[in-house]
Amino acid sequence: MLIKVEGLKKDYVNEEVVTKVLHGLSFSIEEGEFVSIMGPSGSGKSTLMHILGFLDRASHGKYEFEGRDVTSLSDDELAAFRNEKIGFVFQSFNLLPRTSVLENVKLPLLYSSKPHHNATKRAQEVLEQVGLGHRLGFFTNQISGGEKQRVAIARALINNPSIIFADEPTGNLDSKSGTQVMAILQALNDAGHTVILVTHETFTSEHAKRIIMMKDGLIVEDKKVTHRRIAKDTELIK
Amino acid sequence: MIKGAFSALNASRRRSILTMLGIIIGVAAVIIIMAIGSGAQALILSQFETFGSNLIGVLPGKSEQNGPPAAVFGVTITTLTLDDAIALGQKNNVPHAIAVEPVSQGAGTATWRSESYDTTFFGTSADYIEVEGGELESGRFFSADEVDSTARVVVLGSTVKTELFGQSDAVGQNIRLKNTVLTVIGVMKERGTVAFQNYDDQVILPITTLQKLILGVNHLGFLRVKVDDGANIEQTMIDVTETLRERHGIKDSSGLSDDFTIQSSRDAIETLTTVTSGLSFFLAAMAALSLLVGGIGIMNIMLIRVVERTREIGLRQALGARRFDIMSQFLTEATAITLSGGIIGIVIGELMSVLITLVAQQMGYDWPFSFSLVAIIVAVSVSVAVGLIFGLYPAAKASKLDPIEALRYE
Ligand SMILES: Nc1ncnc2c1ncn2[C@@H]1O[C@H](COP(=O)(O)OP(=O)(O)OP(=O)(O)O)[C@@H](O)[C@H]1O
Ligand SMILES: [Mg+2]
Repeated sequence: MLIKVEGLKKDYVNEEVVTKVLHGLSFSIEEGEFVSIMGPSGSGKSTLMHILGFLDRASHGKYEFEGRDVTSLSDDELAAFRNEKIGFVFQSFNLLPRTSVLENVKLPLLYSSKPHHNATKRAQEVLEQVGLGHRLGFFTNQISGGEKQRVAIARALINNPSIIFADEPTGNLDSKSGTQVMAILQALNDAGHTVILVTHETFTSEHAKRIIMMKDGLIVEDKKVTHRRIAKDTELIK
Repeated sequence: MIKGAFSALNASRRRSILTMLGIIIGVAAVIIIMAIGSGAQALILSQFETFGSNLIGVLPGKSEQNGPPAAVFGVTITTLTLDDAIALGQKNNVPHAIAVEPVSQGAGTATWRSESYDTTFFGTSADYIEVEGGELESGRFFSADEVDSTARVVVLGSTVKTELFGQSDAVGQNIRLKNTVLTVIGVMKERGTVAFQNYDDQVILPITTLQKLILGVNHLGFLRVKVDDGANIEQTMIDVTETLRERHGIKDSSGLSDDFTIQSSRDAIETLTTVTSGLSFFLAAMAALSLLVGGIGIMNIMLIRVVERTREIGLRQALGARRFDIMSQFLTEATAITLSGGIIGIVIGELMSVLITLVAQQMGYDWPFSFSLVAIIVAVSVSVAVGLIFGLYPAAKASKLDPIEALRYE
């Protein structure tokens, strides 16, 4: 079992005002799954992803990752977990400006406790995996949005994480680039990576194998995708 | 990480350079202080050490209330004579004087055959070596008898010897000073500028010869008295003053009517030390102020950067950066700015020191260019320290950002 969540709650407290965002979620995710977390805006998808990705802590409930209780970990341990276990892909790419594609991809290695002898070779490898082997020396302002997102995926892959979290990865892309990104995520899942995709679009979510549907901080549906969509360059994501 | 810090720096170069200005000025001041401090102070002290600190100088003319005597500015005052010097040399007048050196100076051309050279004529007594120090390269110095008899003899400073004679022997040759023919009896060893006086570029001759045969004057430029022991300097100054007052018919013991000025070389050292340490203090205050202003500038720019790069900080945290990593990143950046400023400051400071050295050497002082490794280490440490101290607060602020809030920051 990769992820096991029981009665997970999240309350935000701002100046005595308590905002209840997650109201007790329970589910588990196995290794090799491709799950999409679906739901309308404000339903708590990103909040859940941040907790699952060790960026935030739950207010109540249990969260076990690879059989370990996460709630007892210190901030620095969480940071190490993020570095080694998790690859994040964000809607807004979050690449460093005025920095080359290669350096961006190597960034997580800066915070890695493991020695990395062939950092550049490894970065080249993952960039080739996302079809950007020819853009190594380019600066991030010299490449397209679709290419930026693929750089972000390469960066997520560099530490060979247990799980890839993608929060609206196609949200800022045209349909052709979006399709390419989905195709890469599917290829990674086929290669054995666990992928968790956050989206509010049904069409995008149907590229996963399983959909967890959220509404107002609760899981309203958890189902297998019966007619899974396969991203091809000919099939355009809206 | 250091590379990253410098490239972030490069991105906002103009702003960074403005911020660095305080550091640049501060560090340059530190370098100059150390150069002047060690250069000037060492120069002054060593000059007086080789020169001897048991000396009393007497200048003609009354010292103004707060300034040096008029003679210093080239005004000719004729109140001091060779007879005064002879009187001071008598044991019953000044018991602790072991040598009295009257000095009269002029400038003119020295000629040997077809060679001629413009130099200083230094007329003095046989006590010259005893008071001023210095050694003979060849030949001998003139005797008291030769002074008394207005002998036509001269001793050459090493520069004059080389200018007139080159490699050939000078002793025994006749040279002309203005229109007077004198026999060279000795050549001084090279000595350089000591106590702000160039000993090599001069000819030394009996004061009587200079006064009567060449300049046609009767007064002294100044005179120097060498005291047997440092402990007797004050007593000797009183003895000299009383002897001169008596000879000049001055009854007023307040000193207001004196027509001479007396000063010991110790006073001179103290005065000069006061001046240089005052200068150093001024520069040090300026350095401290510039570094403070620079430091506050650094703090300010780093706070702006932390806000500007909130999302980047969030991203780095998402990629696994710990609080310590974020903290050291911003500390490194702050230090990179101050260190760059420091290096520019060191270069400017060294250039200024070279300039000061060149000016001093141009003025004839034996001021060596001191490239001080210690000064550079101090300057580098100071710049790094300013970066660390003033970068600490912004860096701590950055490291305390919540990853989620930082990532959501617009
Ligand atoms: N720091 C916070 N303090 C208070 N409320 C918050 C905070 N962060 C998020 N929320 C609230 O939590 C709820 C869920 O936010 P979340 O970002 O998880 O939604 P989402 O499902 O990802 O929406 P979207 O599809 O628009 O990205 C929202 O109503 C939001 O206003
Ligand atoms: Mg969201």
